[in-house]
Amino acid sequence: MTRLIVGPFNRVEGDLEIRLEVEDARVKEAFVNAPLFRDFEHLMQGRYPLDAMVIAPRICGICSVSQSAAALSALAASAGLAMPTNGRTVLNLMQGLENAADHLVHFALFFMPDFARGCYESRPWHDLAVTRFKAGSGGLGAEAAQARSRLFRAMGILAGKWPHSLALTPGGSTKPVDAAERAGLMEILGEFRRFLETHLFGMPLKAVAGLADGAALANGAGGDFKLFLAIADDLDLWSLGRSKATLMSFGAYPGPEDGAKLFAAGLWRDGQMLALDEAAIAEDVGRAWFQGNAPLHPAQGATEPDAGKDGAYSWSKAPRLAGRTAEVGALARQTMAGQPLILSLLAAHGSTVGTRVVARLVELARLVPAMEGWARAIDPRQPFCLPFPILASGQGVGMVEAARGSLGHWLTVENGRLAAYQVIAPTTWNFSPRDSNGVPGPAEAALQGVAVEGNAASPVAVQHVVRSFDPCMACTVH
Amino acid sequence: MSTIPPYSVLWLQAGSCGGCTAAAMESDPKLLIGASSFISLVGHPAVCEASGAEYLDLLRSILSGVTKIDALLVEGAVMLGPEGSGRFQMASGFDRPMCRLVEDLAAKSRHVVAVGSCAAFGGVVAGSGSRTQAVGLQFDSGKAGGLLAPGWRSASGLPVVNIAGCAPHPGWIVETLLLLSQDALGADDLDSYQRPRFFADHLAHHGCNRNEYYEYKASALEPSQQGCLMENLGCRATQAPGDCNRRRWNGNGSCTNAGYACIACTAPGFAGSQEPFLETPKLAGIPVGLPVDMPKAWFVALAALSKSATPSRVKKNATESRILVPPAPRSRTQK
Repeated sequence: MTRLIVGPFNRVEGDLEIRLEVEDARVKEAFVNAPLFRDFEHLMQGRYPLDAMVIAPRICGICSVSQSAAALSALAASAGLAMPTNGRTVLNLMQGLENAADHLVHFALFFMPDFARGCYESRPWHDLAVTRFKAGSGGLGAEAAQARSRLFRAMGILAGKWPHSLALTPGGSTKPVDAAERAGLMEILGEFRRFLETHLFGMPLKAVAGLADGAALANGAGGDFKLFLAIADDLDLWSLGRSKATLMSFGAYPGPEDGAKLFAAGLWRDGQMLALDEAAIAEDVGRAWFQGNAPLHPAQGATEPDAGKDGAYSWSKAPRLAGRTAEVGALARQTMAGQPLILSLLAAHGSTVGTRVVARLVELARLVPAMEGWARAIDPRQPFCLPFPILASGQGVGMVEAARGSLGHWLTVENGRLAAYQVIAPTTWNFSPRDSNGVPGPAEAALQGVAVEGNAASPVAVQHVVRSFDPCMACTVH
Repeated sequence: MSTIPPYSVLWLQAGSCGGCTAAAMESDPKLLIGASSFISLVGHPAVCEASGAEYLDLLRSILSGVTKIDALLVEGAVMLGPEGSGRFQMASGFDRPMCRLVEDLAAKSRHVVAVGSCAAFGGVVAGSGSRTQAVGLQFDSGKAGGLLAPGWRSASGLPVVNIAGCAPHPGWIVETLLLLSQDALGADDLDSYQRPRFFADHLAHHGCNRNEYYEYKASALEPSQQGCLMENLGCRATQAPGDCNRRRWNGNGSCTNAGYACIACTAPGFAGSQEPFLETPKLAGIPVGLPVDMPKAWFVALAALSKSATPSRVKKNATESRILVPPAPRSRTQK
């Protein structure tokens, strides 16, 4: 058995180091280390409740809107505050903007450049992969970066600045959108749609969203999507990095008046959809550098660092759902949302590198039309925001979906100040270390059995598996 | 024909949220995808093809002096804890604390640049209640001396250049690097907190859309109202360095334009107290934090005068979420 330390991991968000125990040219065991601790939960304590809106987004500069959304939901729940319809619509739109940009950046700049590497020189698609995906020079990278900037003009209208905006607040949005700005938003979204249809998908978004199964996918896709599918077939990304963890989604994008969500909440285990039970969530610190024994529900959770703890190897806690691991992200969301292609791919292959990437792209194709609908639904004559009341005490949880999956904030207010604050971020689920029972986290488990070619110090298949989860380590240990 | 050698930059993430990188994605030209004619990115954790062992080789080659870099850019606070060990951030793949790696790389670089308020001053991570010993590269909040001593100078003779802001404007990042690449940013071009004066000599207030409300002290009482945010809602734009309202974000956005307070994120220690961010602290009804350079007696006198002179249109609109009373129509020839 040989040991490999893989890191620093580039083209993932934040700090990651993975230890691999290799036997017979395969990963026998993987240990995922999140090597940075910033102590955000503690920084919240003693502050005024509304100040969570300043601190929380700074947990993560990539999904700061999602962090704001979770914080404001927890605060609104503590205060029993419901935002006006316009506020909810703008919140959906801002989350959609960030989520769409994240999926695009992940595909164009993080995940696909690995296929332009020299190690794939002999593959028939390699020349095209270099032209489209090569880091620093590929066509898609430049196009995607430009499209993102054009799209984020909508963030300028709604958020003022991004990242780390304060436009989102428990009572709604501080920025009333006027009719001209609403028209501008529609135009910006239309331009983004054209970019996706022309370059990324080579087909109308509606057709992408309507793909029913693998056969339709093989015949229908165009653009960079098609090139990805050719690569996925050739390298069999459909069986690489399989995770058997329960899929979980908190549900995303509530309708007006807090109605049905665009993407439903739930669990997926052994081919069955189950209800999500928030009370079953607990964080285990058995192998993490924190004090504590029994797993704790986040409303009772604590974060006390212990850098010298024996047997610990990560600053990430190990969240579990009734003791089980859970995988979160676009694949889980689109499964719970009943997207036919994703259900079909999931039945055929399970959760793998290939299905995770397709789920992200399909979600992107579904999200943009929804965003156009939200922009249209803004009513400039109606209110956008309610003030946040003075809150002496309360408890609340905010459960949202960030691009990378389920994000929860649990808070307690006592004597007018934040007394406790716990965050479980998407990658905390996916990249959790082992728990007290020795059960590996979803990514650790998905890495087992992955090929380690020749004398590679940083095996490329391992990198595909890791990046297929689109880890955000900044969020993971906040 | 001579070519201008590109200015080579290594971007390192210390105790960061990645937000400065996310902001830099919006820069014009797009620094992170190699679109600048003058700046070449030797390494950046979010965009480099090289990963793992290949990237370690690059960093080691810089440490050994084989590969030369013009600028080390650091994003994120430097984690010195626990108990000075630096173990709150171990450099992935190196088995040593990130703070030591930053120190060593800083010694190999002609310029050292702190990108964002965390790397400059410690930022939110070093804010009130912090127990991670997070500091900036050359400041510990407002106090000189962070990871590096106050007298530390890079090979160029410059101290750490602090592109403050949480996140900093992408234009500040690109223009600072362009100026450095042309040897056009000297010690005199930095303010007392080592921020480039081309943006730090402005106030965030300059160019605010709410200027008329400010002039008349016609104030918003609640979020989403149009009035000035200074009197009640915590806005520090009249005290905060930055040209944010002049150059705008993400197209045409700005914090105050979007209805929320400037929290002076370019200032050292902006998260250093537990005073509420979004309420204006007052003493006897008068904001404690007055506009910079403004004598208190004059502020009080002018505020009283301007409040009494406020046009009813401005007063009415200040507490509405849209303009209810338009300016009176007037033709050019009207007296």
